[in-house]
Amino acid sequence: MQQESFLYIPLMPLVAFAINILLGRRLFKDHAHWIAIAAVAGSFVLSLLTLKGVLNGHVFNFDLYTWLSSGDLRVSVGFMIDQLTAVMLIVVTTISLLVHIYSIGYMHGDNGYYRFFAYLSLFTFSMLMLVMSNNFLQLYFGWEAVGLCSYFLIGFWYEKRSAAVAAKKAFIVNRFGDFGFGLGVILVFLTFGSLHYDTVFRGLTSIVGQTVNILGIQANLSTVIALLLFCGAAGKSAQIPLHVWLPDAMEGPTPVSALIHAATMVTAGVFMVARTNPLFNASPTAMTVVAIVGGLTALFAATIALVQNDIKRVIAYSTVSQLGYMFIACGVGAYAAGIFHLYTHAFFKALLFLGAGSVMHAMQGELNVQKMGGLKRHMPITFWTMLLASLSISGIPGLSGFFSKDEILWRAFSCHNPAGVIVWMLATAAALMTAFYSFRVVFLTFYGDFRGDPEVGKHLHESPYTMTLPLIVLGVGAVAAGYVGIPHVLGGHDRFAVFMSSVVGEPSGEGEAAKEWAVMIFSVIVSLAGIGGAYFMYIKHPELPKKFAERFSTAHRVLLNKYYVDEIYELLIIRSFYWISDNILNRLTDRTLIEGIVNGVPSLVNWLGGRLRLLQTGVLLHYTMIMATGLMIIAFYVLLSIWNTL
Amino acid sequence: MTANYPILSLLIFIPILGGGLMALISRRQETLIKWIALVVSSFTLLLSVPLFKNFDKGSAQLQFVERSVWIESWNVQYYVGIDGISVLMVLLSALTAILCVLISWNTIKDKVKEFFIAIVLVEGSMIGVFCSMDIFLFYIFWEAMLIPMYLIVGIWGGNNRIYAAIKFFIYTLVGSVLMLIAIIILYVHGNTFDLTSLLTLHLPYKLQLLLFWLFFAAFAVKVPMFPLHTWLPDAHTEAPTAGSVILAAILIKMGAYGFLRFSLPLFPQAAIALTPTMLTLSVIAIVYGGLICMVQSDFKRLIAYSSVSHMGFVTLGIFSLNINGIEGGLLQMINHGIVTGALFLCIGIVYDRTHTRQIADYGGLASVMPIFSALFIVFTLASIGLPGTNGFIGEFLILLGGFARSPIAAIIASSGIIIGAIYMLWLYQRVFFTAINEKIRGLKDVTPLEIVILLPLLVLVLWIGVYPETFISMLNTSVTALIDRVHGNALNESLTWRQ
Repeated sequence: MQQESFLYIPLMPLVAFAINILLGRRLFKDHAHWIAIAAVAGSFVLSLLTLKGVLNGHVFNFDLYTWLSSGDLRVSVGFMIDQLTAVMLIVVTTISLLVHIYSIGYMHGDNGYYRFFAYLSLFTFSMLMLVMSNNFLQLYFGWEAVGLCSYFLIGFWYEKRSAAVAAKKAFIVNRFGDFGFGLGVILVFLTFGSLHYDTVFRGLTSIVGQTVNILGIQANLSTVIALLLFCGAAGKSAQIPLHVWLPDAMEGPTPVSALIHAATMVTAGVFMVARTNPLFNASPTAMTVVAIVGGLTALFAATIALVQNDIKRVIAYSTVSQLGYMFIACGVGAYAAGIFHLYTHAFFKALLFLGAGSVMHAMQGELNVQKMGGLKRHMPITFWTMLLASLSISGIPGLSGFFSKDEILWRAFSCHNPAGVIVWMLATAAALMTAFYSFRVVFLTFYGDFRGDPEVGKHLHESPYTMTLPLIVLGVGAVAAGYVGIPHVLGGHDRFAVFMSSVVGEPSGEGEAAKEWAVMIFSVIVSLAGIGGAYFMYIKHPELPKKFAERFSTAHRVLLNKYYVDEIYELLIIRSFYWISDNILNRLTDRTLIEGIVNGVPSLVNWLGGRLRLLQTGVLLHYTMIMATGLMIIAFYVLLSIWNTL
Repeated sequence: MTANYPILSLLIFIPILGGGLMALISRRQETLIKWIALVVSSFTLLLSVPLFKNFDKGSAQLQFVERSVWIESWNVQYYVGIDGISVLMVLLSALTAILCVLISWNTIKDKVKEFFIAIVLVEGSMIGVFCSMDIFLFYIFWEAMLIPMYLIVGIWGGNNRIYAAIKFFIYTLVGSVLMLIAIIILYVHGNTFDLTSLLTLHLPYKLQLLLFWLFFAAFAVKVPMFPLHTWLPDAHTEAPTAGSVILAAILIKMGAYGFLRFSLPLFPQAAIALTPTMLTLSVIAIVYGGLICMVQSDFKRLIAYSSVSHMGFVTLGIFSLNINGIEGGLLQMINHGIVTGALFLCIGIVYDRTHTRQIADYGGLASVMPIFSALFIVFTLASIGLPGTNGFIGEFLILLGGFARSPIAAIIASSGIIIGAIYMLWLYQRVFFTAINEKIRGLKDVTPLEIVILLPLLVLVLWIGVYPETFISMLNTSVTALIDRVHGNALNESLTWRQ
């Protein structure tokens, strides 16, 4: 491919956005999807060609135009086309295309049909700019732009208060992460004198061991930079403590949850860490932090997912948890494994969401799994594809999720970092829960008797082909996507890791095949145990969950309320800041103190003037008396000074 | 670069003479008066096109210079010229004026003649402020602008207009008087009001400090810097739409411009010595202004307070005293003018329909006025510095420059970006999202005229966001020269923090 043709990959969705947002309302209405789909299909084809080129060794890094120059700063808009970008291009355009097609059926008849497709196009454009960037500032542009699209799409049904609030929350929580990210970018420039990846990575050797004084603390420069960047990643990829926005983001239409909040945007944090891996590699401390945050998030989110009843929220917490796995991989230096999981996860997680959307479609918008049941008979395609996705995420051998998750567990176990074993334990515990909650949803939704409104029960039906077709395609992906990365112990060549190695290097650890087998077998046992547990509790003994909930009511309540993190933030941050702003700053400082002085000075002058005016009575006698007093004082003063000189 | 006609004088005096012409016309001829105002402001805008095109980016010298003796006995000159520091402000002034004429076209119904005269007089004098290179002349324009502005707020404003207008007037006047004292002291030392000659003076440090503070009084009130900001929410809120736009877009920029034009080059040692104080005040303004925005219940007052926060970014950039910071500050002056100007225009558009400024009276406006809400979100996003809009470019450069000067200042200032997102998006949610408030059901969406008013600002938001080079390249040479003058060497100053 020619250099110029890469430009069309993001440009086509941008043009589709412009056309739809300007003309869609009047001109296209129910046909708005055609132009959007044509654009993303074009990007998809070009992405395939790009991948082919990269596989043949054609790697590019070039600038389009100078975006911003001021003093020493010179940043371009430019593209870096390498192995990592190629993989991301495929993930983004594939899922985006399928979600576009699915949305034809799902969004049919919605008032904002044209608007929905316009936002999807804008999102695709932004995400492509993000992954194709060759510098930090354009990355930041794409980063914020996908966040904006997420804001628009979460709040798509803005008449609903909860949707409007969730959209705002997503944006603001991300801003907290971007606070660090932005400072990180600034620090990168001030350290390396450039924001272009290649210059920065080349300059890395010069800063080894340098320290900076930030807020009086002497800290290692590379650690500071890496951790600031990771703040942004934690926000976008919903890691502790910035995970709170993602479950609420489920207020958006379900195709959006699949595309943005499962497969692509939320993985941008993982992508960023992998893209800037030389910076992270330079700081073992930062790597350990990444691994531990990932491990804790994986487990933490999985525990919450165990008890949620909202089908989309279970999948959302599952996403948070799986993103934690990807950060574990990055943190132990196995970036390729992280990206591998990103890629397989895109398929099975998008499938889970779209399947959930198909269920909602049949259930007339019902989200509560307790009110479902027995849907297997009515919607076979949805059932079978979701079952595949659940098997895949649980890590059943032969499916794509198995290969990538196993790779992460093994890399964590075998890495040189002492934290590796700890995060391996966290991740394995999370794997048990993953299998359990995934199958809890499957059993509650598709098995047993229908527990919902009988009126709804009469109209259960499979979704139209525009919706089931993407499910089937994703189902194939959920099974087969992993076969590009079969590990050596299973007789494969680990092609994916080899392919990525020129960008992200090789993971640090090594271990014997016997150990690798042991880790793998153990994780399979754990997965089967999780599925078995769910079977036992939800099929065999459906009365058990209730008993458990009563027996461990405190734990159950804590989990059901997501550890009360939202409530704690509400109290500690939102309310207290509002109180301070309102009472201390607005009322006390501004209205009372400053305004008091401002309005006080004229009053004082006024008062003084009023007093002084009293002297001017117009009575001659008074003036004479004042004059006489004055003369006497002067005379006294003169006499006194004469007396002194004598 | 010189043109073969006195372009700057035309820019200044066409509006002023136009105002004189309008004064001669009977007050019943309202349409004619409006048309004259429109023709005058269009002509000024057209004239600024050759200014933009012929401006020599490579030169740090004054351009389009006109110079003649005015008051010989005091050595006062009529001396005008522009460089990279003022050129964009002149262009923005010309654009703002025509938008103000258009937005007032149907909304001002009382004392039409006086209103439009006031608008064109403001236009002429504000362009005069940015062009004057003689301090005496500068002071004349600086004060001249105050009078029509005072009248605009006091006569055509909201319910509390008299209080707001007097407060605005007295606040500014106190600052100006102190500046006048400083100007006289300068005259005594240099026996001239000519800025280029004054720049050759070597003032003793103590005197620099004194003069810096005296000028500071005038400029800090205008910016406004904390704690001299309390006139702003009242004046901006009570002013009619056109008045708020001029205040936000141009008038408060005159303070920041003053720092760059006078305080830094005339008193460099004092400026360097006082940098910590100025950075502290800037950072306080950013955070304090932002937090106060959060608790406002009045739509317009919220946007007014946001100016305090945004101008804090501008002064942070200026007192970073390095290229990134000052260029960011200058660009942010333009950006803030565009964005906050647009937001005030938007508020004017809905206020005209609803006659309420209480946020609680709105809700669900996105369903009622979809095109309007699409326009409003773009300006909201520019206001919170989203990449791709102009706000990002300015804030990024300022934080970059600020970090190089003082990491702690930049870190605290960065929190202003979070706060900005909170109050703007919360505002957007309460006004545009959720169910339709019965009070606003059935409002008409924006008219073609209103779209025409907002469109140029929208284009600029995206233009500066995507290709800021057009504008930054106009600043570069002059800013480098300015920093050269302040520090003696511009290059060493960009990366100070690491030493």
